[in-house]
Amino acid sequence: MSADRRSGEARAGWVMSAPALAAIAIFFVVPAVASLFLSFTDFDIYALADIANLRFVGFQNYERLLGNPLFWKAMTNTLLFVVIGTPFVVALSLFAAMLVNSRWLQWRPLWRVALFAPYVTTLVATAVVWRYLLHTRYGLVNYLLSLFGIGPIDWLGSPTASLPAILLFVGWKTFGYNMIIFLAALQTVPRELDEAARIDGAGWWTRLRHVTLPAIAPTVLLVSVLTVAAMFQLFAEPYVMTQGGPAQSTVTILYFMYEEGFKWWNLGSGAAVAFLLFLCILAVTLIQLRLAKRGGAI
Amino acid sequence: MDLTRRQMTGALAALPLLPALGACGARGQDGMTIWAMGNEAASLPALLGSVGRPADAPRVTVQPLPWTAAHEKLLTGFAGGSLPTIGQVGNSWIAEMAAIGAIAPVPASAQGLLEDQFAAVVETNRIAGRVWAVPWYVDTRLQFYRKDLFARAGYAAPPRDWTEWKRALHKVKAGAGEGNYAVLLPLNEYEQLSTIALSAGARLLRDNGARGAFSDPEFKAALGFYKSLFDEGLAPRIASTQISNVWNEFARGFFSVFLSGPWTIGDMKSRLAPDMQGNWGTAPNPGPSGTGSAAPGGSSLVVFAGTPHTDAAWDLIARLMTPAAQQEFHTLTGDLPARRSVWNEAGLAADPVIAPFATQLDHATALPKVPEWERIVTEMQIVAERMVRGQYSIDDAAKEIDKRADRLLEKRRWMLERGRAL
Repeated sequence: MSADRRSGEARAGWVMSAPALAAIAIFFVVPAVASLFLSFTDFDIYALADIANLRFVGFQNYERLLGNPLFWKAMTNTLLFVVIGTPFVVALSLFAAMLVNSRWLQWRPLWRVALFAPYVTTLVATAVVWRYLLHTRYGLVNYLLSLFGIGPIDWLGSPTASLPAILLFVGWKTFGYNMIIFLAALQTVPRELDEAARIDGAGWWTRLRHVTLPAIAPTVLLVSVLTVAAMFQLFAEPYVMTQGGPAQSTVTILYFMYEEGFKWWNLGSGAAVAFLLFLCILAVTLIQLRLAKRGGAI
Repeated sequence: MDLTRRQMTGALAALPLLPALGACGARGQDGMTIWAMGNEAASLPALLGSVGRPADAPRVTVQPLPWTAAHEKLLTGFAGGSLPTIGQVGNSWIAEMAAIGAIAPVPASAQGLLEDQFAAVVETNRIAGRVWAVPWYVDTRLQFYRKDLFARAGYAAPPRDWTEWKRALHKVKAGAGEGNYAVLLPLNEYEQLSTIALSAGARLLRDNGARGAFSDPEFKAALGFYKSLFDEGLAPRIASTQISNVWNEFARGFFSVFLSGPWTIGDMKSRLAPDMQGNWGTAPNPGPSGTGSAAPGGSSLVVFAGTPHTDAAWDLIARLMTPAAQQEFHTLTGDLPARRSVWNEAGLAADPVIAPFATQLDHATALPKVPEWERIVTEMQIVAERMVRGQYSIDDAAKEIDKRADRLLEKRRWMLERGRAL
């Protein structure tokens, strides 16, 4: 009876999870396998007109990508976004979370909503507002800088300033989500530990370094893994703000893939970019996990 | 048994998606849709109201597309089977749309629409012996120049022949003062070099567009002339992104000649200071011996393949192409009409700023009509920029452009061998 019942339970389990599994298969597994397959073909507009014009080309797409300077430019830009953007976004969201978690703050729910709002607003609408904020002549950012005697910066028009400008926008847009995750973790840190450390004479920085951070280390890891993945997949922000310019300084790897795939319709080559991007994110995440294990975070 | 149940569950779970599938058939059966871009899309509804269509003709809806997304939209529309009935298509995209079979050629009954047009523009739309689109409005690129600085150098207008033109530029530069140049040729734009190449008579591609012809003596002459303008200090070695305001720099005398199209006329009138308004003019491009050439541009009207409204669509296009409709279209948008007779009626032939465009269009040459062309010129310019910066000699640059073009055309050669390409 018990074996029968167990198989009945297993069957029920399969039935219950089947819708989710089906969705994963249809919307994730099938497209992922198809795009890997696509990356070994020369799918282009000729193949779009007639599938008989499709040829298998082996690793030719990958070879040509590695020899394409724009691919390396996109790769460098993306790595810059990851290396500069991840610490910036993590620090910003942790700071915001600590701010709305502190006991002396009045109207805490209101602040939480206000700081979370950017995350849930439409990206294109906020991009329009940010294009005004970053405007060279009458933008708020340059006005604030002018109060400190700093001359106007052509944020979206100069190849050196465009990357920080996009980062500012991305940071503002995404920190709300990470802030909520951090906030949940911060609320599990026992207040007694913090108070004990304070009585022992530890300052703000020492308490953050030796009490709070070790307690929320797994969350810091989670948030940084999520942020690294998001930074690797940056597309909409440069697409609506700069269209990859000026001088290709904001072409990210995903933007490059979009141009290969949908501007030039080299879907084979675009799929190869997607697969290389997947390998990059996988590698970085594995390294992060290894480091975290060694550090004892998980 | 176990499997079927799972399949059934999967099918049940997918049920809510069914209405989404129904939405895929976007092509409406009851009316016609026109895809148009920018300014033209904005004024098309007004124009449609005045062309006087028969009462029983299908209802027409205009869907505006932004220029920046139009090309992608046309291709995804083809891939998804959701193209409308009529479309405005940039002349340089027609080869691509014809190659994939997205558009239908102009039928015998509509051949009359191709008369009273600029020959080079119609030629741009002729692929494999058939015309695929009706030119709607035209443009091309020619010189905008500083009249006062040329006058100070002793010229009423830029000379039409390369040697004389260069001599004039040297004098203009000498008069413009320290730190200024004569001509702006942004290193990240391919239009300038392709205009020079067309003026030199280069054919650019050979063997029915299967291989690059960049090692031809004509193209090398163009490369040499382009390089000499930088080497002799007539053009600054900069990209267009380094010029934050073209009109300011033009007014300042940083350069006295630049290449652009009719869309710049409005900008010149609104952005240059009132006291500068008498100081600029337009002139046809120079060539090795006499007036040079340019690539004909503009947009055409196409009827997409497989539409149920073919006759009604061509009837509508015929109505949009009548001289009266073309004149109203010019009034609404400022675009230069495709029909030559309208130029006289609208007073364009007598306008000193616009008349040179007609001269230039009479001296225009169609660019190669292969879908890969835009990628090829992009590569051409990357190599040309390196040549100007001293990384390649003229011969090496020509060889390198040929190599890159041949690689991009590999698929086309394969298609041609099998008789599958147009």
